[in-house]
Amino acid sequence: MNPLVPMIAATVVAATPLIYAALGETIVEKAGVLNLGIEGMMLIGAVAGFAATLATGSDFIGFIAAAAAGVALSLAFGFLTLNLQTNQVATGLALTLFGIGLSAFVGHNLAGTPLPPLPSIKIPGLTNIPVIGDLLFHYDIMVYLSLVLFAAVQWFVTKSHAGLTLRAIGESPSVAHAIGKPVLLTRYLAVMFGGACAGIAGAYLSLVQTPMWVEGMSAGKGWIALALVVFGTWKPARVVLGAYLFGGVTQFQLFAQGFGLPIPTEFLSMLPYAATIIVLVIICRDPKTILLNQPASLGISFHAAA
Amino acid sequence: MNNPEIAIDSKPRLVLSGITKRYPSVVANENVSLTVQPGEIHAVLGENGAGKSTLMKIIYGITKPDAGTILWNGQYETITTPSQARRLGIGMVFQHFSLFETLTVWENIALALDERIAPTRLAAKITEVSEKYGLPIDPYRLVHSMSVGERQRVEIVRCLLQEPRLLIMDEPTSVLTPQAVLVLFETLRRLASEGCSILYISHKLDEIRALCDSATVLRGGRVSGTAIPKNETNESLARLMIGGELAVCTLTPRQPEEVRLELDHLSLPTSDPFGTTLKDISLMVRSGEILGIAGVSGNGQKELMAALSGERLSSGAMIKLLGHPVGDLNPAKRRELGLTFVPEERLGRGAVPPMSLSNNALLTGARKGMVSNGLIVPSVTRAFAKNVITRFKVKCGDEMSVASSLSGGNLQKYIVGRETMLEPKMMIVGQPTWGVDVGAAQLIRQALIDLRDQGVALLVISEELDELFIISDRLAVLAEGRLSPSVRPADTSIGQIGTWMSGKFNEPANPVSAGASPLMEVA
Amino acid sequence: MFVLERRASPSFTMAIASPILAALGMIATGFLLFSALGKDPVEVFYLFFIKPLSTTYDIGELLLKTTPLLLCGLGLAMGFRANVWNIGAEGQLTMGAIAGGGVALWFGDSDSVFAMPLMLLAGVLGGMIWAAIPAFLRTRFNTNEILVTLMLVYIAQLLLSWLVHGALRDPEGQNYPQSRGFGDAETMSVLIEGTRVTWGIVYAVGLAIISWIVSQKTIAGFRMQVAGVAPAAAAYAGFSEKRNIWIALLVCGATAGLAGICEVAGPIGRLQQTISPGYGFAAIIVAWIGRLNPIGVVFGALLMALLYLGGESAQMGMSLPSAITGLFQGLLLFYLLAADLFITFRLRRVRPVKQVEVKPAVTLGSAA
Repeated sequence: MNPLVPMIAATVVAATPLIYAALGETIVEKAGVLNLGIEGMMLIGAVAGFAATLATGSDFIGFIAAAAAGVALSLAFGFLTLNLQTNQVATGLALTLFGIGLSAFVGHNLAGTPLPPLPSIKIPGLTNIPVIGDLLFHYDIMVYLSLVLFAAVQWFVTKSHAGLTLRAIGESPSVAHAIGKPVLLTRYLAVMFGGACAGIAGAYLSLVQTPMWVEGMSAGKGWIALALVVFGTWKPARVVLGAYLFGGVTQFQLFAQGFGLPIPTEFLSMLPYAATIIVLVIICRDPKTILLNQPASLGISFHAAA
Repeated sequence: MNNPEIAIDSKPRLVLSGITKRYPSVVANENVSLTVQPGEIHAVLGENGAGKSTLMKIIYGITKPDAGTILWNGQYETITTPSQARRLGIGMVFQHFSLFETLTVWENIALALDERIAPTRLAAKITEVSEKYGLPIDPYRLVHSMSVGERQRVEIVRCLLQEPRLLIMDEPTSVLTPQAVLVLFETLRRLASEGCSILYISHKLDEIRALCDSATVLRGGRVSGTAIPKNETNESLARLMIGGELAVCTLTPRQPEEVRLELDHLSLPTSDPFGTTLKDISLMVRSGEILGIAGVSGNGQKELMAALSGERLSSGAMIKLLGHPVGDLNPAKRRELGLTFVPEERLGRGAVPPMSLSNNALLTGARKGMVSNGLIVPSVTRAFAKNVITRFKVKCGDEMSVASSLSGGNLQKYIVGRETMLEPKMMIVGQPTWGVDVGAAQLIRQALIDLRDQGVALLVISEELDELFIISDRLAVLAEGRLSPSVRPADTSIGQIGTWMSGKFNEPANPVSAGASPLMEVA
Repeated sequence: MFVLERRASPSFTMAIASPILAALGMIATGFLLFSALGKDPVEVFYLFFIKPLSTTYDIGELLLKTTPLLLCGLGLAMGFRANVWNIGAEGQLTMGAIAGGGVALWFGDSDSVFAMPLMLLAGVLGGMIWAAIPAFLRTRFNTNEILVTLMLVYIAQLLLSWLVHGALRDPEGQNYPQSRGFGDAETMSVLIEGTRVTWGIVYAVGLAIISWIVSQKTIAGFRMQVAGVAPAAAAYAGFSEKRNIWIALLVCGATAGLAGICEVAGPIGRLQQTISPGYGFAAIIVAWIGRLNPIGVVFGALLMALLYLGGESAQMGMSLPSAITGLFQGLLLFYLLAADLFITFRLRRVRPVKQVEVKPAVTLGSAA
């Protein structure tokens, strides 16, 4: 087998949770809301999905539970920032801190129990094609669903009327309110979508990648997803591309080991974090890139006077 | 205009009775009633803060009244959302446009339509309606690439697509050149002749006398009277509007002295992708004169202000203050040379909203002994603030009141007062009386003239042509980032300035249509 | 029906009351949670809030945990006031520990009087250098400091891990990932006999007082505050945005770095893989509870230290997971943010009036 094949396969698996989390956050930010709580929602999703699958034996129920848990947490965020107008940055941080604490608390009896991994989908004929079959047709279903999600988000944002409303609200909630658009409802729906996606991303870690529950297992992936949204300049296709690049960077260890490069593992582990910083610098260097692409009302509370 | 047959035959288009809306600190509307007939152009007249905008938002379903009824074509209606208002046939053109800059014209219009139309069909419809009413627009253009006047067209066309029976226009002419105002009036008269009623909100008396069939005047949230504008004079309308006589400022001729500010071919590319690039601006302001810069906002006013204040840096020699090149100095360093400035944006730029007036004195006045060895001297800042409050008649609790608790007019008086009492040699003022009530506007204009008489050089950027004709020694126009030559108000006309406002500096003065309407009596 | 309406001016009473309400909300939620889990909530409450305060030694432990929280909280509060969102105090703390600890190991068992001052200095510089990275990237490349400071936390921790697994590992330490213990001159002396509390707390309280004076009484503090609440006004006044960002980040780097060296030269006594149970993150909450006011931060740090100790004692006394501390921290911040609403808004009861239906735009508890 070509040595690159397992590396690319590992990259795809590593990128998948980033795709879910970052696409969800893209929608949230398009609505003008900055939710820094992805990390917390991912962890809650990871522990909820793991517990549900452990109890029922069904991965499907695990992912549903994870999405529901993510939504529940995102509703707390929504209530605070949308109804009570709290500072979005601070509330997002609170959500992450709370999610880390709650997931560790709920999951402390679950730690270390292994689960069988999600079976990969085998399509007779296709899966057996050399190289291509290995590269394209032997992943678990969540990998394929992440691409379906991408297509759906892409269509929604660029083609649908509801997507147009979402972008309009993200640019100026006050104008949207003045012409009668349901700002609060739209933002709630966006925040909940982001929560569901982050929950699923977390469950992908605990049900597919590892698969077991470990405290703090997201290890900054929620934050990397946030950076990916900036990297992708709020465009779904670029966000997904960025996720695959980052998936590749996280799997650089495999590469280095494969080629016998004498780099300490700590430095290899630093790569995704350092890459995040470098990528942000490259994108943000020209303020116009951000001004032209970032939803104008991002992070600003909106209070409609009665 | 008003078609008497329609008016007699049918029920009134809109009857408001007893509309009341209270906010925690103010009563915006109290027991307001008015009636609009089909095909009537009805003015709602009042000075800034009289409650006109709140009333219109109530009709359009954005704001909910505390009490009162709305009768629409003879039916009681409770209008709770703008889309409901649109379904009833009410359209509104906002003073501060309700357009999304990053979207195209058709996308903006699609958002406000309650029915779904395929983009290509919608675009065709937009072109059709816009041409029918003489308001040509390209449906595929991005809004941020359009001028303010073009954006207003988009707003109007958006309303017209829904075939409204009542069109609300909130202060529509502030963004237009005098010539464009006449075009707008033609469009409105034509609409009215087709039976559409128009509610025309304004504080400009000439316009109302030129256009409207009837008027309801608001003062302090209450109806202070109704009138047939054609039968009134500016003075009689003003009495209804402000409850007294319009005070007048006069400029006594004065010989300007040495040059205080000089711009030498200032060019500055915009840093904001939605902004305006300044192109080759040269000007001179002397001690003891006021240079007025006219023009519709969005033509580089904000950018010029930032370049003059130092919030945006340019190359040193392009801007000279008292002979020093200052283009590359920050605002604090320019202040040290004797520059002060009043920005158009009061809350958040000219003043820090959650801070006390005393601390807001410290914002720009630190060098007036308010700081010693890096420590703030509270007694000095408070005394300074107190002084500004008394001298400029700022209505507030005391110097410890927070800036955001003041009304727009009072905050502006405070900021103008603060910058005045810093004893400037050169003062730059952006939109001195935007959204300010008549009394405060009068006081502010007089303060600027007093400064001039003391030998200060002033540069005033304003959208209000009437104001500039009163207070300026010389006038120039900023259009599309370029500056016209300057002229003495006595040597020019509203017509010429209007031509300049559309960027045509080289064309000869174009007198506004023969038999000038009352609108043009101002100068 | 209730509507939210903006107060004419912010309520000072609510600004003080809000943290107290938040703490009560947190306790009430804890009560419900423990009842649901079948634990005796009164006993948990005792373990959490009373037991950690019952002996001199315990008070010492409280002050010991307060030290890094207060130091980081002071720096963060200063940044947050200026709208600089440094959330990577944990990383700056780690770098302070590495730099200061490196100096300590270099001195070995020397009893030089210069050892401790140089260690403290190195700790402060280590934190500042780590904070200078986001400051440079934000001022030069417009790069959001939230993500950069956070990424640098992971990098700092991996760096520490690499050092204690390699270059700085104690050769006689049976392969444990930790350095040699610091010598006596390289260990901070105990402040109160019979406890483990060190001079660190004195530095922290001193810095709180200085920080209060700077923020309330000086033009420098005023400038940063203006930059935080109204950036456009700061630009108008001519306060340099870049300078504010640099100051905010460097100060926090310095205090967090000091916290780091005080930890390794105090209760820990060596470099090891984990030197902080998330003090740098908890300090975000500390800064918020303290209303971003240095004196408030002192109380915030004490409360947060109590939560840490309470978590430990509940873990030992009732075999609850130590994660309970993190849970409570998050809850506390949530409640605080919610309660803060009433500083600028108040609830007003409205009755629907005749004929015209009144629907408030903001209705508590409804989504649309």
